[in-house]
Amino acid sequence: MTDKRIRVLIAKPGLDGHDRGAKVVARALRDAGMEVIYTGLRQTPEMIAEAALQEDVDVVGLSILSGAHNALVPAVIEKLHANGLTDIKVFVGGIIPEPDAARLLKLGVYAVYGPGTDTQQVIADIKQAIQI
Amino acid sequence: MIQIDPIAIRQGDRLALSRALTVIENNAPESRDLQSALFPFTGQAHLIGVTGSAGSGKSTLVNQLTKHFRQGQDNQLAPKVAIIAVDPSSPFTGGALLGDRIRMGDLAGDKGIFIRSMASRGALGGLANQTAAFVTVLDSAGFDLIIIETVGAGQAEVDIASLAHTVIVVEAPGMGDDIQAIKAGILEIADIIVVNKADRPGAENTIRALRVMLEMAQRKHDTHAVAGKHLLGATPTPTSERQQPQSGWLPTIHSTTAIDGKGIAPLIDDVQRHRQYLTQSGEWQQKEASRLRRDVHALIRDALLTRWWKKLDENQFAQILDDVIQRKYSPIEAVEKLL
Repeated sequence: MTDKRIRVLIAKPGLDGHDRGAKVVARALRDAGMEVIYTGLRQTPEMIAEAALQEDVDVVGLSILSGAHNALVPAVIEKLHANGLTDIKVFVGGIIPEPDAARLLKLGVYAVYGPGTDTQQVIADIKQAIQI
Repeated sequence: MIQIDPIAIRQGDRLALSRALTVIENNAPESRDLQSALFPFTGQAHLIGVTGSAGSGKSTLVNQLTKHFRQGQDNQLAPKVAIIAVDPSSPFTGGALLGDRIRMGDLAGDKGIFIRSMASRGALGGLANQTAAFVTVLDSAGFDLIIIETVGAGQAEVDIASLAHTVIVVEAPGMGDDIQAIKAGILEIADIIVVNKADRPGAENTIRALRVMLEMAQRKHDTHAVAGKHLLGATPTPTSERQQPQSGWLPTIHSTTAIDGKGIAPLIDDVQRHRQYLTQSGEWQQKEASRLRRDVHALIRDALLTRWWKKLDENQFAQILDDVIQRKYSPIEAVEKLL
């Protein structure tokens, strides 16, 4: 009897130290029955891709409030691909201006969320992206 | 179907390893064949259990232990370390927040280390049902040390004792008085006791209480040695399968401040001393034998139960259950009728 759970890595790349948002999302996903791995603050793209590999997650959620998303998100995606993780869905949350969000989506990011997003929306999107 | 090549796992393909763990954790159809293919290549790794109450600093200690194991040696010679970090699943939603990696940031970037977080998924003994199967995969992948960090454990979560060769129980100061120290349970399974956060007030008292507890145990140990003849006639109980009562190893106490690495080096020496003790005394083989016997027992139980459920007439079952609810039979009588 197969017992598959959605596994999600929540990571904070870069140097900003505000992880309330990441924790709120992590908790909400937990309550939605997912297994959430939280890695803590100040992760490099290499560290995130390495954790995603070891944990074999379905989803990587990046929380970025520093404004460095245009540099960090492509770097994370590149490192994930370098590790052979081409099927992982990447979600980004934070303070992301509209034009940047459009650019990130073009890079292959599944969804971008700004402040005030309902966590139910995030849960619904992840369940849509990962059919189990 | 997910194709996983057992040879790739043994050659160090980390993605294959990670996917294999997922297959096993999810009890996917490929899981059984995969475990059987890897099993012949196991039995080499030293399994180190780290247990203790929530917040005692287990993850931080595992971080330091691993860092020390990997350091100070030629990188080729340093043991490869795998970590299985178990955290609880919610009993209501089945979800889990796995946060042990937060304390293990120092270990990132070292390809000789593999960390996997694991949700307990309803198992109650401090591990998940598939933790032992994870150990099989990691052992076959060539990890020399496999550190298993349990769910924050209080008194009764002692499954780690039957899985690990060396059990480290982590305590923090101020968690209870000397009566806590002589209660049955988690301290009994310790090969090594660590009082972590030793920079906190009360650490001295905790160490003293634990030392007194161990001295009592030692006296009992000596008495048993003298009165050994009486003990030979005793009926073996399930607890006699655990290693403590017959072991010639006396648990040691360490005080550490894991956050800054104080006390880690002597602790590592003791872990290695314990391994030596196990191989020289023959206890290593005994532990392996009793662990595998338990594994086979558990698998038989599962297989028989599955087979029985398949043959069961559901209507009859519902009828009998109803009769039990009506107090016509006891549950015991119901089972007699069903089997």
